Amino acid sequence: MSIDLSVWEIVIGLEVHTELATRTKLFCSAPNEFGGEPNTNIDPLTLGLPGSLPVLNEQAVELAIRVGLALNCKIDRSVFSRKNYFYPDQPTNYQISQFDLPINGEGWLELPSGKVIGIERAHLEEDTGKSTHVGGGGRIHDATYSLVDYNRAGVPLLEIVGRPDLRSGDEARAYVSELRAILVAVGASDGKMEEGSLRVDCNVSVRKHGDAELGTRCEIKNINSLRSLGRAVDYEAERQIDMILAGERIEQQTRHWNEDEGRTLKLRSKEQADDYRYFPEPDLVGLAPSQEWIDRVREALPLLPAARRHRLCERSGADTAQAALIVERGLDDLCLAALDCGADPSRTITHAEHNLSDPKALELDPEMFAKLTKMDADGDLSSTQTKTVLAELVQLGGDPGEIAEAHGFKAMDSGELDAVVDQLIAENPEQWQRFCEGDPKISGFFVGKVMKATQGQADGKVVASLLADRVPNAAKE
Amino acid sequence: MTEPTSQERTHTPASTSERITTEQVAKVAKLARLRLTDEELTRFTGQLGDVLEHAADLDLLDLEGVEPMAQPIPLANVFRKDVPGPILDRDEVLAVAPAAEDGFFRVPPVLGESE
Amino acid sequence: MSSAIDIAASVQSGERSALEVLEEHLGAIAERESEVHAFNLVTTDHAIAAATAVDELLAKGGPLGPLAGVPVAIKDNLCTRGVATTCSSKILEGWVPPYDATVVTRLAAAGAIMVGKTNMDEFAMGSSTENSAFGPTRNPHDLSRVPGGSSGGSAAAVAAGFAPISLGSDTGGSIRQPAALCGVVGVKPTYGTVSRLGLIAFGSSLDQVGPFANSVAEAALVCEVIGGHDPGDSTSLPQAFPAVSEHLSDGVAGMRIGLITEMMGEGIAPDVAKRIRAAAEWLAAAGAEVEEVSVPAVTFGLSAYYLVAPAEASSNLSRYDGVRYGLRVDAPTTGEMMELTRTAGFGDEVKRRIMLGTYALSAGYYDAFYGTALKVRTLIRRDFDAAYERFDALLSPTSPTTAFSFGDKTADPMSMYLNDVCTIATNLAGHPAMSVPYGLGADGMPVGAQVLAPALGEVAMFRVAAALEGSLS
Repeated sequence: MSIDLSVWEIVIGLEVHTELATRTKLFCSAPNEFGGEPNTNIDPLTLGLPGSLPVLNEQAVELAIRVGLALNCKIDRSVFSRKNYFYPDQPTNYQISQFDLPINGEGWLELPSGKVIGIERAHLEEDTGKSTHVGGGGRIHDATYSLVDYNRAGVPLLEIVGRPDLRSGDEARAYVSELRAILVAVGASDGKMEEGSLRVDCNVSVRKHGDAELGTRCEIKNINSLRSLGRAVDYEAERQIDMILAGERIEQQTRHWNEDEGRTLKLRSKEQADDYRYFPEPDLVGLAPSQEWIDRVREALPLLPAARRHRLCERSGADTAQAALIVERGLDDLCLAALDCGADPSRTITHAEHNLSDPKALELDPEMFAKLTKMDADGDLSSTQTKTVLAELVQLGGDPGEIAEAHGFKAMDSGELDAVVDQLIAENPEQWQRFCEGDPKISGFFVGKVMKATQGQADGKVVASLLADRVPNAAKE
Repeated sequence: MTEPTSQERTHTPASTSERITTEQVAKVAKLARLRLTDEELTRFTGQLGDVLEHAADLDLLDLEGVEPMAQPIPLANVFRKDVPGPILDRDEVLAVAPAAEDGFFRVPPVLGESE
Repeated sequence: MSSAIDIAASVQSGERSALEVLEEHLGAIAERESEVHAFNLVTTDHAIAAATAVDELLAKGGPLGPLAGVPVAIKDNLCTRGVATTCSSKILEGWVPPYDATVVTRLAAAGAIMVGKTNMDEFAMGSSTENSAFGPTRNPHDLSRVPGGSSGGSAAAVAAGFAPISLGSDTGGSIRQPAALCGVVGVKPTYGTVSRLGLIAFGSSLDQVGPFANSVAEAALVCEVIGGHDPGDSTSLPQAFPAVSEHLSDGVAGMRIGLITEMMGEGIAPDVAKRIRAAAEWLAAAGAEVEEVSVPAVTFGLSAYYLVAPAEASSNLSRYDGVRYGLRVDAPTTGEMMELTRTAGFGDEVKRRIMLGTYALSAGYYDAFYGTALKVRTLIRRDFDAAYERFDALLSPTSPTTAFSFGDKTADPMSMYLNDVCTIATNLAGHPAMSVPYGLGADGMPVGAQVLAPALGEVAMFRVAAALEGSLS
């Protein structure tokens, strides 16, 4: 990327729509199911039939409260409104949403880096149906006709509106990743971005560092993965900076991310505000969750990712990046349980970070894992042997001591290893000379030779340190 | 979209005493997906103007501090349990649809993008 | 023709079969429907099947409901499963509801027999039934005059003896005004006491279903059958409909009744006002304390109503777009298809109100129009509340005039809207009100007295109405 970040600041605000994991739709009892034959999850309200009326799904409210609490939002009395616009996948030509009074107001979310991102609101609304454009290669403007499926119409959505506090594509990704972890942790959503249960609209603007005003923003739609999010932000920021440098004015637009071409394309101008004619939905009554309800939900909330990270760092000495990874993999409970069984903290974290990416690791017996970390720390096994034992422990379970014995593993006697190292130095004077001169590439040569000679029983790190010890002092200076 | 900021209710000063114009009626008709002939536009503008002129009597009222009443009943927190109920028979529904194909509702090409 | 109560009793006792009762009413329909045009559809086959089922149930000794074998006419904005429901609009052409409105289900469960779907002003927008896409209904008392509206067909059906009872809907007077003009009883219950599920919406915060009947007692019975909580309507109140039938003969002695000053002066025809004064005098003679009372904010009702109701309607009617059901006028794009469909499918009055409502909600005008109107609702409610601190019920004319002639008010929508001046405030407040016939005007046409009560004050309202009815017999 050619953006000079010492001059330019990228400002990103995300609007994330998440489908709530209820059994039925937001305002009617038709099933909330993904996929399936078109127009099968439909009832009178789903189709906007004359005379149909909405009744609010209690579970959708419960899930919205869970998310609100997890995002530190103020849960308030709220009102549903109608947002009026004509579009064939909107069965009544109005969307029931929350406008001036959302269920969740002002909150915040903490990224693994420790940065806090503001949440403006997280409100309930209904999803639309889906249109398929037929002919013209599926492109909307060239289609010969369109087909509409209302299965998705009325599915409960929570729209989480973030403050424009994000400053890079990586930060935007970290935000969505964190949000997704929270949504999954509280059971509000399956978090599947590719299946559309998590949809991200991304507002990007640029300005020079020190500018007080925000630049004109563009909204990017159709971002279907975290990877696309980072790419789209970078592309869009660069596009806007190029325009400014060329003396052009940024127009407020909605743009479409094209994954194949790796660029954003203009969908429509937003200079003229749409007139949605919001007004309070007269078919629904107010929503004012009682304090008892909110307290009950709060008490039942699971520990959230940020709290898990803090706990892990405190107990194990893991750094923030390690904690983020381990919590994301859901291995923090295992690590803490292992520590309770006397595991070596540093080895525990190292193994969780590097050697436990297999989902089966979640079922690891913490006591056995702890035992292995101790054997490792005590030098009973070489690092290669430790990995082998751990892999077997993950796949088959058992006792690490017995597994090591079955493999005939034991760490080499240090005297034995000294002899091997000395012999190799003697046999390879030319290479040793280069090693002493500090050629970094040659270290592997010796380690490899030692491993071969010891049939893998030596510990690579120990070998490296033995080699370093043998370099004459003069060569070190 | 960020609801309150994307469609700010631009409170351009409006008064019930301003007579509605043909341009405004034409704009409203477009918003409401209605097509008016010139004759209709003139006639409707006059008729809507009469109604709005009558409504100008509301300007006489002191509404300072009066809460709006969107609904006449004091209900709140009316819920439904999250339990699936009956669904409609697709064939029955599509049989009375203006156009259908392969289980879908069929419409002419859509110009412009969805929300 | 016998009353609904007599019919149910005779069917229950086996004195008459439901089928015999039905044939009698189908006979009346055959005789006069062509000149009255109360119905969009007479559901003969459906009715015969339903009447036969009631008779079979009786033969089996099964329990019969309180309306066993009673023919009922249903306004054509109430959904009826398998029976076309049109709202008297071309836009719903070809649509058949796959479900019954809750009130229709409850009537059927009580043994009532639907004989047809009644004509109305398109989407219930109008006061004369002249806005029907299928031609107007005529007043059975004088075929050159309108029956009122929007539930003109339901009022005329009862007045003509096509059915002893019928259902209408009332958003700004659409039950009470045609009841007055046709000389029958019409009730607009408290908002939330009768389910709106299956009622095709006009102004959702104002709409309420209610009955027409030839007597207060029949109307009371129908309210009790159709009313009460419905979990399918979020705005449905949790309680049962007030038990009105058992209080009909309580009389008015000791009741405090207010005659609304603002509804007795300018704009009210002198012969109508005279009848209402006579009603007030009779109530006083019957032992009620009757006084004039001012409810100042009601004079702003018309203005507030013609912003609130169209605003809600503009949104409620946006679903008619040619995509899923009803009329479609084909076009090269969906946007044009929607526009041409709506342009062809809606009549002028519906278009006017959609545009008015769209305007009232649009950016820059919301506060001045819709927002203001909602505040005026609060004022109206307050002024009524103040009056109900002193009075158990209020009295006024239902309509400023007796039935007018066809075409009298169609050229000037505002003159038509002024017809609702006495009925509208009730809907804005969510209160109950009913019209009971109280003699004839100078032209020999029926005059209706309107009895108003606070929310859930139906017992007081029906007591007054029953007393007025009794004074005439």
